[in-house]
Amino acid sequence: MELLKIQNIEKYYGSKSSLTKAIDDISFSVEQGEFTAIMGASGSGKTTLLNCISTIDRVTAGHIYLESTDITALKGKELNKFRRDKLGFIFQDFNLLDTLTAYENISLALSIQKRSASDIDKAVKVVAEQLGITEVLQKYPYQMSGGQKQRVASARAIVTEPKLVLADEPTGALDSKSAKMLLERFYFLNHEHNATIMMVTHDSFTASYASRVIFIKDGKIFNEIRKGPGSRKQFFDKIIDVVTLLGGDVSDAL
Amino acid sequence: MLFKLSLSNIRKSLRDYAIYFFTLIIGVSVFYVFNAVSGQVAMTVIDTDGREIARILQIGISAMSVFVAGVLGFLIVYASRFLMKRRNREFALYLMLGMGKGKISAILLLETVIIGLGSLGVGLLLGIGLSQIMSALVVSLFEADMTRYSFMVSGDAIGKTVICFAIMYLFIMIFNSIIISRFKLIDLMQSGKKSEQIKLKDPWLCIIIFLIAAAALGYAYYQVGWNYGEVTGKTMALYITMGAVSTFLIFWSASGMLLRVMMSMKNVYYRSLNAFTFRQISSKVNTMVFSMTVICLMLFVTICALTASFSMRNSMNANLEDLCPADFELSADLNEPVEGLDIVSECKDNGLDIMAYAGEYERFYTYGDADFSLEDFCGDAAERVKAEFIFLDYYTSEQLIGLDEYNALMKLYGKETLSMNDDEYILLCDYKSMRAIRDSVLKADGNITVYGHTLHSKYDECQDGFISISAQHINAGIFVVPDSVLEGQAPSGDHIIGNYKAADKAGKKETEQVLRREYDTITRDLSGLSVHKTGGYFGLSTKIAIKNDAVGLGAIATFMGLYIGLVFLIACGAILALKELSESVDSIGRYEMLRKIGADESDISRSLFRQTGIFFLLPLILACVHSVFGMKFAAYFLEVFGTEKMTESIAATSIILLLIYGGYFLITYYCSKGIIKERK
Repeated sequence: MELLKIQNIEKYYGSKSSLTKAIDDISFSVEQGEFTAIMGASGSGKTTLLNCISTIDRVTAGHIYLESTDITALKGKELNKFRRDKLGFIFQDFNLLDTLTAYENISLALSIQKRSASDIDKAVKVVAEQLGITEVLQKYPYQMSGGQKQRVASARAIVTEPKLVLADEPTGALDSKSAKMLLERFYFLNHEHNATIMMVTHDSFTASYASRVIFIKDGKIFNEIRKGPGSRKQFFDKIIDVVTLLGGDVSDAL
Repeated sequence: MLFKLSLSNIRKSLRDYAIYFFTLIIGVSVFYVFNAVSGQVAMTVIDTDGREIARILQIGISAMSVFVAGVLGFLIVYASRFLMKRRNREFALYLMLGMGKGKISAILLLETVIIGLGSLGVGLLLGIGLSQIMSALVVSLFEADMTRYSFMVSGDAIGKTVICFAIMYLFIMIFNSIIISRFKLIDLMQSGKKSEQIKLKDPWLCIIIFLIAAAALGYAYYQVGWNYGEVTGKTMALYITMGAVSTFLIFWSASGMLLRVMMSMKNVYYRSLNAFTFRQISSKVNTMVFSMTVICLMLFVTICALTASFSMRNSMNANLEDLCPADFELSADLNEPVEGLDIVSECKDNGLDIMAYAGEYERFYTYGDADFSLEDFCGDAAERVKAEFIFLDYYTSEQLIGLDEYNALMKLYGKETLSMNDDEYILLCDYKSMRAIRDSVLKADGNITVYGHTLHSKYDECQDGFISISAQHINAGIFVVPDSVLEGQAPSGDHIIGNYKAADKAGKKETEQVLRREYDTITRDLSGLSVHKTGGYFGLSTKIAIKNDAVGLGAIATFMGLYIGLVFLIACGAILALKELSESVDSIGRYEMLRKIGADESDISRSLFRQTGIFFLLPLILACVHSVFGMKFAAYFLEVFGTEKMTESIAATSIILLLIYGGYFLITYYCSKGIIKERK
């Protein structure tokens, strides 16, 4: 089933005299239950793309449909409601509220949906179990490691059972061990719970956990590969090949 | 180059500077207004007769302006520290680029000079405008003559303000240089990222400390509110210290407890943004328990000062109408009886012809029986009363007046007359603490013996009343007795009370001046008067003089009260606003995150409103509770002036509080909302 459909979107920055095309006519669609990675060098437009899908930024032209709703036409309160009910966010720098405990951080996503306290408690415990953070629930962000923080942030993103989870460089601030652990969780959520995840990264290893990788260069789709039946290692090699093809400007970001 | 950098810095961080600049301008203008108005009041408003009072007022104001300069200085240092903290990253960048600390100091110095000059200029202009409004307010408060009031710019006040603030800015420069010399680059760079450490206090410890603090407060309240008779200077200091420490402890424990309570109410805590809201409030209160305490105590002083001064002014104006119903009183109250006493002719012989000015008037004698003093009045209770009130004069004869003469005087005053049987007397007394003593005696045994006649009291308590005109309830006791008792006795007092012939204001004023001049010639040489031989009191009191004195006293009280109250209120509001705004700037990231996970704008606004509201309300609530008991204590001292108009005073104070404090709250809320607004 087609969940997300991106149709000829464009995003321009700057004035008429010095126009920057961050996104230059991109179209693709994402199926329900897909784990998509978007790769590209710095400045290729991948984060802009994610921001447009997450309604944090607005497109200059084109349409984005989620379950046949045109999200580029949403305004004000509808936008907030859309973000609250349909999307889950994971950021590179975690974006946890430092004054709240892990439990409260996760519960916040539910309480702004006006769920009841008992519902919230149940949901938080279940998601904490899935992400292996049950023992840090009563801790504050400053008492946790980077990996734990990112898993708490992920828990907050998926606890509302969103249609689409968006992750912006989720492993960017993690060491390789924590990164691996987090990605295995993503893989688990995608496989066992059929979560649809879209992740922006410049790291081939991170991308190899996805089932599909879209490469972006200069605001355009450069290539797209799917994992197919092979192992993750094989997929990783395939990604490296494309990255090499992309040229020098991405290799230094590997 | 440095100058350019300073100027562009100010332009760049205009929002931060706006708060700082605003605080400075308020400080400058408040300081100028009160110095200028004190001058204006003294010079033009209060009548010539009130000049002595005006001088006292001015001395009081200058003493107080030193104190207020201290408060403002503290406020400005606080504001400048706030600004320095905001700019840590910027300083870090300068240091990274290799700029010396001396250079940074120089930049800050220049900025302070620019800001200082600007705020002084704007503040003075604003102050000059405000002082006009303030003068008009003062004039109306003191019921003084409007015709003499004119537009004035006080050079003296400008000078004082400039010098005072120049010193303050100098201090800030030194203060900033010290801070800069202590900078560590690593701290500066990390200052924005450092996340707060949250320590939850032990709930049991909180509860215990809260209970102890509440008990201590209760005890102090009881002592000053009900047991005030026994409060001395020393114990008062103790109660104030107790109150201040308890206030601190209550804020300390409440910040820990409230969050626990809210967290245990899961349905409330996990609704909408409540968890976030409560955490924000709790962390704010946690980090500024001390400031909250200071603010609470300052608000307490504000409320008490404003209420007391309004009450004093209101009561005085009301008392004047009631207690001074005639234009003049010329009276002698001698230590011994004098046969055929006649002060009117005595005065005429010495150059004061009162009859020439008197319109309707009443003359009467008062008597004193050498065998009837306060000690005799108390009778069996004398020992008890003497032991309790050692400071009273027990041996002077009590003042007696005949019923018919008293009633005639009351007709002149337009007040109710009295009636009684031939073996009765009525005791008049309106001085509250004296009245309590007399009432206790009357209840026990009201019989007295005067000039050999035994009389008993018609009432078992004192009646309100007086014979001499005054501004306050100061009649300590006059016995109205049947005329038959006084027949054949020599009087010890002779009084003439009446109104001037002149009916209009100008005429009365003219009469007053002539009369005063004549009276002054008499007082230079009293040898022709009976009072010279017997000793005692002789004097002229007039409505105009009483009014001027009372207005002067009321003026000082109201002015001081208003001054302290307003300055404290402004300082409180500014501190809270600064703190709240800096918190908002620090929390921009948190609000952005809330938006990203889809929180409604209305929910965010509500959360902010609650945070700001509770932040402003907490110290106010405790201050109000303090004030209830503080005013109960103050009322005891204000009794002399009358406390009838307390409700009006409380209303006036509430309005001022609501306007200024509420204004600060609204400004803070809307500014915070602007700060955390989504940036597109």
